[in-house]
Amino acid sequence: MLELKDICFERDDKKILNHIDLKLDTKKFYVITGPNGSGKSTLAKIIMGIEKPDSGKIILNGEDITEKTIDERAKLGIGFAFQQPVTFKGITVYDLLKLATKKEISKQEACDILSKVGLCALEYVDREVNKSLSGGELKRIEIATVMARSPYLAIFDEPEAGIDLWSFQNLTEVFREIQSSKEGTTLVISHQERILNIADEIILMNSGKIQKIGQKEEIFDHILKPKKCCKEVASCE
Amino acid sequence: MNKDDKELLEEVVGENPTKADSYNIRKNGKGIERKVSPYMDIVPKENNSGIDIYVKEDTLFGTINIPVIITESGLTDIVYNDFHIGKNANVIIVAGCGIHNDGHQDARHDGIHRFYLEEGAKVKYIERHCGVGVGDGKKVLNPVTEIYMKEASYMVMDTTQIKGVDDTIRTTKAKLESNTTLVITEKILTSKNQQAKTEFEVELNGENASTHVTSRSVATDDSYQEFISNITGNTKCYAHVECDAIIKGNGKVKAVPEIYAKNIDANLIHEAAIGKIAGEQLMKLMSLGLSEKEAEDIIINGFLK
Repeated sequence: MLELKDICFERDDKKILNHIDLKLDTKKFYVITGPNGSGKSTLAKIIMGIEKPDSGKIILNGEDITEKTIDERAKLGIGFAFQQPVTFKGITVYDLLKLATKKEISKQEACDILSKVGLCALEYVDREVNKSLSGGELKRIEIATVMARSPYLAIFDEPEAGIDLWSFQNLTEVFREIQSSKEGTTLVISHQERILNIADEIILMNSGKIQKIGQKEEIFDHILKPKKCCKEVASCE
Repeated sequence: MNKDDKELLEEVVGENPTKADSYNIRKNGKGIERKVSPYMDIVPKENNSGIDIYVKEDTLFGTINIPVIITESGLTDIVYNDFHIGKNANVIIVAGCGIHNDGHQDARHDGIHRFYLEEGAKVKYIERHCGVGVGDGKKVLNPVTEIYMKEASYMVMDTTQIKGVDDTIRTTKAKLESNTTLVITEKILTSKNQQAKTEFEVELNGENASTHVTSRSVATDDSYQEFISNITGNTKCYAHVECDAIIKGNGKVKAVPEIYAKNIDANLIHEAAIGKIAGEQLMKLMSLGLSEKEAEDIIINGFLK
C-alpha cells in the first residue's frame, strides 16, 4: 500500500500540491484526473522521486521512502512511464528492455513484451530509441519498459498525450488488460473517458488538492453537476 | 610478439589481426609480420617508411589488417601507407595504433594514410586508436587520412579513439568526384587532461557527390576537444555534418563548422549540439533501477557505440 501524508509542493509562490493525503490500495487501478495545472503530474513525479516534496511523507508498505532516490524507489517496485518519452542516441529498444527487465532476455522475449503494447515487435527491437520513431511508437515503448518490470506500483503519466486516436484505441486495450490482470497497483493520469471507464477508483484533483475520490458515476456526477457560479452568470443575463 | 603485444593488437583490430586475407603488423617503427594474397598485395616502401597496398580490380569481400603498436617510450614513428583500390573492388580495411607507454618519455605515432579509390570501388575503413601504460610519458597519435574518390566509388570510414590517448590531432581530407559517397563516423572519448583536435576538409567536386560526417564525442574531467569541419560544395552535391558532444566535469568542447556552397545546387547541412547528459535520460534509466553512475555509463556507451 502507498500512502501520501500531508504532501505540499510550492514553486514560484504557487501551491502546486496543497496538503495532499492519499492512500492507494494494492492491486487496484486508479486514475487521476482533473484540469490542467491541478497538480496531477507533480503528484506522480513526487511518488517516483523525480520531484521532492517541500513537506509531508511518502510511505510504501510501511516504509518511509520520502528521502529515497529514483533508483531506490524503482528497486522497491515503483515504475514510471513518462508523459514525454525520453529518447537516446545509440540505445536500442532491445537494450532498454534488457535494462528494464534486469535480465539478458532473448530478442524473442523482447518481442513478446512489445507485442503486449501492440507493436509489431521484430521491426522494432533493433531500432534506436530516438526521434526517428513516431510519438505513438515511443509512447508504447515507454509503456513497455514499465510493464516489463512488473512493478508493484506502475505510474503512467498521461499515456494519451501526443498520440493519435488510432494508437490511443489500442492503448486503451493495453490498460484494460493491466486492470483485469490485477497484478499490481496502477496509477494512470488521464483525461480520457475510455481510461476513466476502466478505473476501480477515480481521483479528482483541482488546484493542488484532491477534490474527490470515488467510482466513475460519482465523479462524473460531480464534474457534470451545474456549478453555482454558472447560475449566477445566468441570472446576470 | 609477447602476450601484451597480442592483446594490444587485438584491441586495435577487434580480433586476431592475422585472420585477414592480407595483413601487415608494424611494431616500434618496423614491419614484423606480413601476409599478402593474390588480390591484395602489400609492398613496403624504402626505409620502413610505410607500405603500398594494392587491391586488384573486381576483388570482392577482401579483408586487410594493418595495425601498428608502439611499446617503446620516447619513440616517434611516422608512417606513410597508401591504399590503391582497383575498379569495382570491395574491401574492408582495419587500421589503427595502440601505444603502450610505461616510461617517462612521450611515445608518438603519426600515420598518414592515403586512399585512392578507382571507379566503382567500395571501401569500409575502420580505424581504432588506444593508449595504455602507467608511465607519465604521453601517448600521442596524429593520424592523417587523405581520400581521393573517382566516379561512383563509395567509402565508409569509422574511427574510434576511446581511451588513453593524451594528445591527438586528427586530419581528414577528401576530394570527391561525381556520384561518389563518403560516410565518416568518428567517436572520441577524452578524460583527465587529454586533448583531441579533429579536422575534416571535404571537397565535393563532382555532380551528385555526397558526404555524411558524424562526430560523437565525450569530454570528461579536464579534457578538451575541438571539432573543425570545412565542407565545400562546388557543384550539385549533398553534405550533412553532425557534431554531437557530451561534456562532463570540466570537459570542454569547441565546434567550428564551416560549410561553403559554391553552386546553386549544392545542399549542405551542419548540425552541432554540445551539452551535458540530459537530466530526463538519467531519470528514465534511474526509474528502471539504475544508479546515477550506471545510467551515465549506459548513456555514454550507447552514444559512442
